[in-house]
Amino acid sequence: MKARFRIAWPGFTLDVDLRLPEKGVSALFGPSGSGKTTLLRCMAGLEHAPDGFLDIEGQVWQDSERSIFLPAHKRPLGLVFQEASLFPHLSVRGNLEYGMKRAGNAQGEGFDATLDLLGIRALLPRDPGQLSGGERQRVAIARALLTRPRLLLLDEPLAALDIKRKQEILPYLEALREELDIPVLYISHSPDEVARLADHLTLIENGRAIASGALAETLARPELSPAFADDAGVVLETTVAAHETDSLARLEFPGGRLYVSGHDKAPGSRLRCRINASDVSLALSAHRDTSILNTLPATVTAVVDADAPGHVLVQLQLANNGPLLARITERSRRTLGIAPGLAVIAQVKSVALL
Amino acid sequence: MDASSLAAIWLTCKLAALVTVLLLLIGTPIAWWLANTRSRLKGVAGAVVSLPLVLPPTVLGFYLLLTFGPQGFIGQSMDAMGLQRLPFTFTGLVVASILYSLPFVVQPIQNAFEAIGKRPMEVAASLRAAPWDAFFSVAVPLARPGFVTAAILGFAHTVGEFGVVLMMGGNIPGKTQVLSVKIYDYVENGDYTQAHWLAGGMVFFSFIVLLLLYGSRKRSSWSQ
Repeated sequence: MKARFRIAWPGFTLDVDLRLPEKGVSALFGPSGSGKTTLLRCMAGLEHAPDGFLDIEGQVWQDSERSIFLPAHKRPLGLVFQEASLFPHLSVRGNLEYGMKRAGNAQGEGFDATLDLLGIRALLPRDPGQLSGGERQRVAIARALLTRPRLLLLDEPLAALDIKRKQEILPYLEALREELDIPVLYISHSPDEVARLADHLTLIENGRAIASGALAETLARPELSPAFADDAGVVLETTVAAHETDSLARLEFPGGRLYVSGHDKAPGSRLRCRINASDVSLALSAHRDTSILNTLPATVTAVVDADAPGHVLVQLQLANNGPLLARITERSRRTLGIAPGLAVIAQVKSVALL
Repeated sequence: MDASSLAAIWLTCKLAALVTVLLLLIGTPIAWWLANTRSRLKGVAGAVVSLPLVLPPTVLGFYLLLTFGPQGFIGQSMDAMGLQRLPFTFTGLVVASILYSLPFVVQPIQNAFEAIGKRPMEVAASLRAAPWDAFFSVAVPLARPGFVTAAILGFAHTVGEFGVVLMMGGNIPGKTQVLSVKIYDYVENGDYTQAHWLAGGMVFFSFIVLLLLYGSRKRSSWSQ
């Protein structure tokens, strides 16, 4: 998927040139006003960038040099907005059928599977006004999927929901990630959602893409950490190895093992974890006399200034070449003599299970 | 009530019904344009459409009479095409009423379209609805309260007009003599009984119309 757009409005410029994977969830992350939504609207054909190019799996939807611009209703894409955008004059079923009919899916291919995937079968006869915020967004996603799109665009679909509703809908989004074989573009300004759902990450700032790459690698680039502020950290893909008798679970990944509590996934299942830089401290040697359970041997690869004064961000490489970030004080860095190439022990104070 | 009163009532209903239908057809695209345009002409167009709200009806009627009369630009053009001139005909009444009642139909529909915003149309486009399809399947149903208000106001206002009708249509029984003019006729001739029947009926009719209007508004604001 290739997307290049340039727009110059008074006080705002969008200038991006992206190559995104054809499969999986690509997150567009950035502060509000950074141009994420404008970029998405350009891709949807709702905004006509005078200078633009968009190629989805070999289909050119826009090419300003050849004067190609497919209007929004001719682009096979699914779009879910931040707030519930169900048609209030139609029932849930009517909403779903609205898109199906027009996208040539009148016979309802995938209807049952989509209802089950998003858990909305019981809602079919209801009116949108009778649904909760989370239910409305699930119906909106189903409505988009039933048009059999080649690209799914989600514009902060959780931003208008409270924490409880978010927790309710996130498992469905994860299921979606496993099931879909089309690219999904997910706009968010929540590092949690990105870490949990994305495979690929693009950082947008002031209308420009300042970084774009695989999630784990991009998150681990210390020079990008100001974009995440306090949420700088890495994600690890682990496998649940065993539940031990003291109610801790052992997670394994190629770079080591982690012990975590408070989850019940069956051994063998995959689990994504996030480790924040502020939860990692460094030691020069392995301690036996510490309460910290999770220690990982690592090598320092880079040190940069953190956004808080007196702190630095240390990029580490684990045994499997996977990345880890640690945020320590400048004083500790000096005392321990931390510099690229040094072997250290990373002590992980807490692991967030995603 | 005598036969000429009944004829006036029938003529008034026929006029108001026809004008309402035509106004919805003409007013809807104007309202859509006003609600969505970013053109600099929007202010001018909005002012022109709203002019009948503030002009004395006789002023409008006077200029219509001149424009459509034998010396007027349109009157002469119609002569050249071999068409009957409009003043003092039923068609003339229809044209005059449409111009006079236009703002009462355009404004509620325009407000309804503006209240919907662009989002539902964008959602419809993302679900493959072409613009016309989206207009009829999304914008019109969502703007329904606006259309109801517009139709009621357009009808009632046409029934209630006097000055424009008198200037453009005159007072020809069975042809251009509508209710309001007929009442004036009775009063001028001292026939207060007949005038009462018609005037009292108008008060009752207007009350029912407003009751319907505010009743429907209240309901629609609850449902949203």
